[in-house]
Amino acid sequence: MKYLSEFRDAALVKTLLRNINKTVTGQWNIMEVCGGQTHGLVRHGILDMLPDKIRMIHGPGCPVCVTPVSLIDKAIELCLEHNVILCSYGDMLRVPGTEMSLQKARAAGGNVRILYSPLEAVDIAKKNPDRQVVFFAVGFETTAPANALSVMQASNLKLTNYSILSAHVMVPPAMEAIMGDKETQVHGFLAAGHVCTVMGLSEYEPLVKRWKMPVVVTGFEPVDLLEGIWLVISQLEKGEYQLQNQYKRVVSNQGNRQAVELVKKVFEYRNRDWRGIGEIPLSGLFLREEFREYDAAMKFKDIKVPEAVETECLSGDIMKGKIKPPECPHFGNKCTPEHPLGAPMVSSEGACAAYYQYKMQS
Amino acid sequence: MSKKPGFRLLCPMPEMDFDTITMGHGGGGKLTQDLLKKGVFSLLDNDWLREQDDAATLLLNGNVAFSTDSFVVSPVIFPGGTIGDLAVNGTINDLAVSGARPTFLSLSFILEEGLKMDTFWQILVSIREACAEAGVKVVTGDTKVVERGKGDQIFINTTGIGYIREKAKLGVKHIRKGDAIILSGPLAQHGIAIMSKREGLEFETRLESDTRPLHTICNQLVDAFGESVHLMRDPTRGGTATVLHEIAGQSGFGIDIFEKHLPIDNEVDGACEMLGLDPLYVANEGLFIAVVDSSCADQCLEAIKKWEFGEQASIILKKWEFGEQASIIGTVTDEHTRQVVLNSQIGGRRVLPQASGELLPRIC
Repeated sequence: MKYLSEFRDAALVKTLLRNINKTVTGQWNIMEVCGGQTHGLVRHGILDMLPDKIRMIHGPGCPVCVTPVSLIDKAIELCLEHNVILCSYGDMLRVPGTEMSLQKARAAGGNVRILYSPLEAVDIAKKNPDRQVVFFAVGFETTAPANALSVMQASNLKLTNYSILSAHVMVPPAMEAIMGDKETQVHGFLAAGHVCTVMGLSEYEPLVKRWKMPVVVTGFEPVDLLEGIWLVISQLEKGEYQLQNQYKRVVSNQGNRQAVELVKKVFEYRNRDWRGIGEIPLSGLFLREEFREYDAAMKFKDIKVPEAVETECLSGDIMKGKIKPPECPHFGNKCTPEHPLGAPMVSSEGACAAYYQYKMQS
Repeated sequence: MSKKPGFRLLCPMPEMDFDTITMGHGGGGKLTQDLLKKGVFSLLDNDWLREQDDAATLLLNGNVAFSTDSFVVSPVIFPGGTIGDLAVNGTINDLAVSGARPTFLSLSFILEEGLKMDTFWQILVSIREACAEAGVKVVTGDTKVVERGKGDQIFINTTGIGYIREKAKLGVKHIRKGDAIILSGPLAQHGIAIMSKREGLEFETRLESDTRPLHTICNQLVDAFGESVHLMRDPTRGGTATVLHEIAGQSGFGIDIFEKHLPIDNEVDGACEMLGLDPLYVANEGLFIAVVDSSCADQCLEAIKKWEFGEQASIILKKWEFGEQASIIGTVTDEHTRQVVLNSQIGGRRVLPQASGELLPRIC
């Protein structure tokens, strides 16, 4: 298929691997920021093809994994106790909250709908004027424009029964937090291709300069990933640090201006708690004051959920690259995709799930 | 949507007093009788149904296979089929991959109050069509109605009986190291066709469900190749990976699969990429996996592809038209026992995990 098969070309992969092997002399830790990239690396068996000198560290770019437990609890509370139609992307359903997941809430009678687009949720609100409809707006910059659009549409339609529970997080502040964390020994980054499709490259230039680390905006197919890795180690070997764009067929320097404008119009940046990592300054998108009637957090602010209890999950260490999933004592024992202790074991993009599912258990 | 669009014209819906199913239709009284007479009995008429006894009396001779399945698919009418032909083909296929020629079916409905009569009629017609195509008879059945909200329009259970082919010698215990694993056609068509019509996930596609009876081709394979065919399974719910897992687990061998040999339609591939699903885990309704002796693997594959069974074939059945993309997708090995390993297109290897519950489309 065009735009797919040529980026899974075995001969091209071989050439890139040869280039990587020829280039690498030092021992390098490279973080792929996005969960989609982790998934790609594992799904295609790339991790085992890389030379030992290159260690991939799986970053925090799985939106499902970093959504705070309190928001999941709130979503569950809304659909179970307040007759709300709770709409969500599919992979949020299995993530454990304090007492249960949305999937279990659905089995317990909650009206939970899996959607692919928040505009469908607006449609559901239109068709059910007597019910409150909440879209669980999870994701990075990639899904933010569509969620902003749903708010605009609900506003244009003058709907009073639609709101979003925003759990949006932004990539650059998280990268900055990792770059500044002394315990994480990341030498270079594969930045998240689809996030940059929306936002463009401008946010990354200052990071590269400030922390003197190579950042290569990278796609998700085997050829993309290997080319991204090769570009990073080429810089590292030469002692350079630059921002490069491997994913040019999709990512332009300026990004999608219309989408960015829309996001800015509807959302503002505030501090956000990341599950397993903690608070990161100005890393979350919250609805602006003028759109507060579409903000489920405001609309249902009287609904309190208890403080989340710490679990034994070491997701923070995993997402910061301090340990690999199999190094967690609970991996595959107490914690499996059927009975996850934490979020990275849930989503197909979570590092633990990716390892659990695909790695050769040799 | 129907595979024979003209057919429905021959079966106009009879005059009914109701345009929806009501609780009364399940009460056993006049309404039930009326529904049965005008619907099920008139469409599926045969000697056994005509008796209208509490049970069908069958004279069985020889080894029979016996299988049951329930169908709850939503939406009930989808591109390429309905819950009706799915229910008929589903049980036929369980018998077919057991080496049997399906002969008799039972048919039970659980209808939800409020089901539109013309939807029910369309489903009944598709059942008749599927039975006629496969040459099976519905010999007994049941209809119940549940209150609105207690079902999802219509649930169907079918149970089937079929005669085991004389040369069939199928079972996990016959699997040997080196056996070839054949997949009869392109992956994931049914699941993706259904998903394209689910509320909230709709997308435009030409894709249709692959629901179809498999007994002609499966019977021919065992007739022609006898005990060289070691096992057949139809990878429905849970997809191809799930069946491969079952085979690895039950046989105690390992399985190696080669990504580049997996037949897949471009549109299915694209839809799976978009939804974040692995086609190996998506449901099929008209595929089978055959584990065959390596010495006759190529012959079996050619036979499926081109319908060339030669003189060994003892019965001549309708031509099989769906094998063009059949492929030897893997082999049985004594390494990595009880695991299925996928050799990726680019030369990597990974374990194909067991599916864990519901298939959930991912965020981005």
